[in-house]
Amino acid sequence: MKLSGWGRYPVADCALSAPRDDAALAALLAEGTPLIARGNGRAYGDSALNRQRTVSTRHFNRMLDFDTKTGVLTAEAGVLLGDVIAAFLPHGWFPAVTPGTRFVSLGGMAAANVHGKNHHLDGGFRNFVDWVEVMGEDGTVTRASRDENPDLFDWTLGGMGLTGVILRLAMRLRRVETGWIRQRAIAAPDLSAAMAAFEAGHDAPYSVAWIDCLSSGARLGRSVVMLGEHAPLDHLPTRFRRLPYGPPPKRGRSMPFNAPGFALNRWTVSAFNALYYRMGARKAGTTYVPWDSYFYPLDSVLGWNRIYGRRGFIQFQCVLPEGAAREGLTALLKTIAAAGQGSFLAVLKKMGADGGRFSFPMPGYTLALDFPVTDKVLTLMDELDRITLDHEGRFYLAKDARLRPETLHTADPRAGEFASMRRQTGAAPAFASLQSERLGL
Amino acid sequence: MSGGAVLILGARSDIGLAIAQAFAAEGHAIQLAARDPDTLEAARNDLALRHGVDVSLHAFDALDYDSHEAFLDALPVLPEIAVCTVGFMGEQTESETDMNAARLVMRSNFEGPASILGLIANRFEARGNGIIVGISSVAGDRGRATNYVYGSAKAGFTAWLAGLRNRLAGSGVHVLTVKPGFVATAMTEGMDLPERLTAQPQAVGRAVLRAVNARRNVIYVKPVWWLVMLVIRSIPEAIFKKMRI
Ligand SMILES: Cc1cc2nc3c(=O)[nH]c(=O)nc-3n(C[C@H](O)[C@H](O)[C@H](O)COP(=O)(O)OP(=O)(O)OC[C@H]3O[C@@H](n4cnc5c(N)ncnc54)[C@H](O)[C@@H]3O)c2cc1C
Ligand SMILES: NC(=O)c1ccc[n+]([C@@H]2O[C@H](COP(=O)([O-])OP(=O)(O)OC[C@H]3O[C@@H](n4cnc5c(N)ncnc54)[C@H](OP(=O)(O)O)[C@@H]3O)[C@@H](O)[C@H]2O)c1
Repeated sequence: MKLSGWGRYPVADCALSAPRDDAALAALLAEGTPLIARGNGRAYGDSALNRQRTVSTRHFNRMLDFDTKTGVLTAEAGVLLGDVIAAFLPHGWFPAVTPGTRFVSLGGMAAANVHGKNHHLDGGFRNFVDWVEVMGEDGTVTRASRDENPDLFDWTLGGMGLTGVILRLAMRLRRVETGWIRQRAIAAPDLSAAMAAFEAGHDAPYSVAWIDCLSSGARLGRSVVMLGEHAPLDHLPTRFRRLPYGPPPKRGRSMPFNAPGFALNRWTVSAFNALYYRMGARKAGTTYVPWDSYFYPLDSVLGWNRIYGRRGFIQFQCVLPEGAAREGLTALLKTIAAAGQGSFLAVLKKMGADGGRFSFPMPGYTLALDFPVTDKVLTLMDELDRITLDHEGRFYLAKDARLRPETLHTADPRAGEFASMRRQTGAAPAFASLQSERLGL
Repeated sequence: MSGGAVLILGARSDIGLAIAQAFAAEGHAIQLAARDPDTLEAARNDLALRHGVDVSLHAFDALDYDSHEAFLDALPVLPEIAVCTVGFMGEQTESETDMNAARLVMRSNFEGPASILGLIANRFEARGNGIIVGISSVAGDRGRATNYVYGSAKAGFTAWLAGLRNRLAGSGVHVLTVKPGFVATAMTEGMDLPERLTAQPQAVGRAVLRAVNARRNVIYVKPVWWLVMLVIRSIPEAIFKKMRI
């Protein structure tokens, strides 16, 4: 079956299985064919692809327990984050960490140790996972937590499915009084202003910026920085108090066709960005936004990944350490603006520290951009890799489809440790993705 | 919010669980009945956590006729809605050579479901209300070489449901016949099904909920199946018997 990640690049013909229980998965492993787990396919590239055997967790989709005192949810790994929100937000609970789409599985969130807009204060998903149960190459299930099998825990959170298949996990939700976010938008005329807004807004629980990637010169890095927090009930304007958890998410409209490639030439993109900038400037000041449009603005357009046309798109995401961030971001943005290849989405975010032995985040700034796949863009990516390397940055594997192994291993010595850990534990021959093969993990 | 209880007979099936999810989302208490109810523990927790409804598990074998009255007596309440998703396809070739295998298919799709629903219908009639949902199949619309043993049992079940509907019209008890076309479930796993004609179990769940609310009599889940079966039924037998479909 033809499968791809969210970016629809690369596409590979993969044998897809969907076991219904632990025993069926163990039986697949016993056959000895290397396999990779696949959650909801929201990683952009080839993290969840294996031609010989890709294992969907869609039948592992049950919520098992919820502790109303501690907010700990126990669930199977294929449960979608959006379903967790649907079940628990009406009772005043919200995920402690969420990526920019709610259509991810809990297993995928753990495997990538995803980060959200609160990373600068709270760290990644790992910090809110009490334990995971992982099926290893011999079919046995091991529970791993900070106290029990801590090595397995540390390698699995951020291990991109390469330590085994996560079957179940316990995660902590956070208490919220409402489903509304109090948002403050700050129009930042350039990169320095954007970074200053992040620093000044450090105490805001959520922060993120949209960057106009095509402006250059004095306006390089102009952006809208958005700070947010869960609105307490008594702060909510009275007209919203009737529905403290917000209206239920709109049923998505879907993108029924592959948009032609020309829809995304640099003019439409710059028009989009300019509009966004004006919107941000006009909205500057405080607004109340429902949780879904705040955290998941793109989820209301189902299948938006098709806007890039048949060839698909790739995402570049790196994190630069605090000290080198300003200089590195400037170099990245200059290169991107000069290339004029257009980036529909460009997101800048300040990150804090994180745990785990192979997690992506580190204190500094992360930049994420989408590009349609073209030969020019692939060349541009190599250029961006080089700048990232020069500034001691790291790359996010959940977004990657084309990084070169030497780049990864130079950027991140932990990659080599990860690979040798996999050889030692016996995970290497049992769990492999196109990505792990490409990158020598 | 809590609606009347919904009983799912054959609740380990993907279609049965999807129907349970659809009704639980509307606040209905759920009774899951299956041969091996212990395996439904996770499903029970999931339904309860997602939708905040009461969920109970019950041992039930559609072919263990003597146990049926006691099974019904032991339910927490006589349900408002009873859904039967019990079914067994078997292997057509095996059903041609091994009559025990053939009889199991016939009994699992007709005799068993009709027996339990017959008892439930009488209790609903005595109460003066209730909704019976039978999952039959398009396979029962015309016998075909590739699955006529299963198809004939479904045909019998379809006719039985139609007659029951006729009998109970005006009694306050409604009967819905569901004839799904292909559905991607454990039953059809590994088969090469045409994508456009294949529904997901969740779609069946939603369709059944809508049909119950609208008091529909007979539904095909994907409307295109109505047309497909119209064509298949209208081919003259002299031609049909030579066709391989
Ligand atoms: C619009 C959009 C916005 C995003 N925003 C963010 C963001 O803000 N922050 C962020 O961190 N990420 C973000 N992502 C990336 C996304 O959160 C991750 O790729 C996540 O891993 C996807 O989960 P999934 O269930 O779709 O996993 P898949 O894409 O199916 O798999 C991703 C990886 O997880 C592994 N995996 C999945 N399930 C299991 C399991 N049960 N056991 C072991 N390994 C498993 C796979 O092997 C693979 O390596 C975004 C993605 C999109 C499309
Ligand atoms: N999938 C399709 O394409 C399709 C199309 C049309 C109609 N249908 C019908 O839809 C219904 C559900 O099927 P499905 O696709 O979800 O497949 P399924 O998973 O095989 O479901 C059939 C269920 O019937 C149960 N069952 C069989 N004999 C039983 C008995 N004697 N007592 C109690 N339960 C019994 C099975 O229980 P166990 O789990 O204990 O074995 C199983 O859960 C069936 O009636 C089927 O004929 C399916």
